[in-house]
Amino acid sequence: MIEVIDLKKSFGELEVLKGITTTIKAGEKVAIIGPSGSGKSTFLRCLNCMEDPTGGAVIFDGVNIADMKVDINAHRRHMGMVFQQFNLFNNKTVLGNIMLAPVHIALSDLRKKKVKNFFLKIGNLFRKNKKPLYKINTTKAKIKEEARENALRLLKRIGLEDKADAYPSTLSGGQKQRIAIIRALAMNPKVMLFDEPTSALDPEMVGEVLDLIKQLADEGMTMVIVTHEMGFAREVATRVLFMDDGKILEDNTPEELFGNPQNPRTKEFLSKVL
Amino acid sequence: MGSFGIKLEEFWKVFYQHGGYKRVITGLQNTVYIAVVGLAIGIIIGTLIAVVKVLPKYRLLPRILNKFCNFYVAMFRGTPIVVQLLVAYYVILPLIGTNLPALNVCVLVFGFNSAAYVSEIMRSGIMSVDIGQMEAGRALGLSYGVTMMKIVVPQAIKNILPTLGNEFIALIKETSVVSFVGAIDLYTAFKDIGNNSYEFMVPYLVMALIYIVLVLLITLLIKVMERSLRKSDRSH
Repeated sequence: MIEVIDLKKSFGELEVLKGITTTIKAGEKVAIIGPSGSGKSTFLRCLNCMEDPTGGAVIFDGVNIADMKVDINAHRRHMGMVFQQFNLFNNKTVLGNIMLAPVHIALSDLRKKKVKNFFLKIGNLFRKNKKPLYKINTTKAKIKEEARENALRLLKRIGLEDKADAYPSTLSGGQKQRIAIIRALAMNPKVMLFDEPTSALDPEMVGEVLDLIKQLADEGMTMVIVTHEMGFAREVATRVLFMDDGKILEDNTPEELFGNPQNPRTKEFLSKVL
Repeated sequence: MGSFGIKLEEFWKVFYQHGGYKRVITGLQNTVYIAVVGLAIGIIIGTLIAVVKVLPKYRLLPRILNKFCNFYVAMFRGTPIVVQLLVAYYVILPLIGTNLPALNVCVLVFGFNSAAYVSEIMRSGIMSVDIGQMEAGRALGLSYGVTMMKIVVPQAIKNILPTLGNEFIALIKETSVVSFVGAIDLYTAFKDIGNNSYEFMVPYLVMALIYIVLVLLITLLIKVMERSLRKSDRSH
């Protein structure tokens, strides 16, 4: 699903990623672990081009999205991302946060179709063989209503439907992060990217967020998780990557990587954190 | 005090019985009109300039736009507004050969002028919004512009509302220079009353009071707006 080929990223002089090659298949749950400063967050952020790679390719659904000419927004719609700092929109209610992107994108698609139809109709006045119009089987109100229903259904799933009209500043960290996750889910992504989703949480709230991620994993969502929660990585991941110094040093199943690490750096890291 | 009573009587005669108040009302309308529409133009253009200034600059077009915006701000901040009014009315209009009423010229000049100031205010507002807000919008597949306008700018405006209110008050007060191109404002109205009654003490005193009341009203308005915008904060 995502094929990463010799990915490189530098910030000025500093080379953070030094050539990463790996493939993430549909249905896989990949955990990325490693010491801080090893480039794991940068790697994740390169997967949806939040950071533009300085070299190599990221091929998502057959398209190299690292290419600057690609319409990156269209591809990001299929990749959900969850941040360490939640990043809920502070000026929107919970419902507004979840509905914003789906509604905006559906509406702008609708508008584009209408404009195209308008020009097709004008063109058809002069054509012998009339060109068919784009089919429009929805309306503004319908799009909004559907997005609303979907958002409420997702909120219900995490048991926060009573917070629909609350603003993010009134929520706890765990609630914010779970809402951030379903905000990404509302776009029906093909893959979810988690950037240390529990690192900014109070300890007692880590569980509720991990439970939600685990549920998604069980439903077969493809996901890539940068995490410091080794227990969680071992339990949920189908594959674990150990990164250090901008490279993948070890790539194995969790049982092998945690139980029988091969690389000396992996051994050293695991002995410190476990 | 006796002479003040006579002055008051004289003022009242010209102000009320000879219809001077009509001119004052026109002047007041023009003052508020220039300030309100000017600020509206200023906010729209100023926001665009601010967005250009915070754009990532690795492509050519943003860099050219940025240069242009810097030039614009330098020009409008570097000259007094009286000079801008005079240049617009007596240099630019004749050069392009159109004839605009003085009032409209004033509105445009005040709008362009305040855009230069609002752009800097807005830029600091945009920079005060956490970068994560932009990242979250982009990660959902929204474009830079859409995220800017729907997420970042609304939060920026909330942060800079008090400063924007300052700008509005400054505009109201600066409108007193529009008489340079022959538009009627509060100052011109009261100057005329003074000329007709050969007495300036009371007219200018009343003028000062009207300005103060105007500014106090605006201050109140800003407070109400701030409160309604703060509903997304914890403290409500």
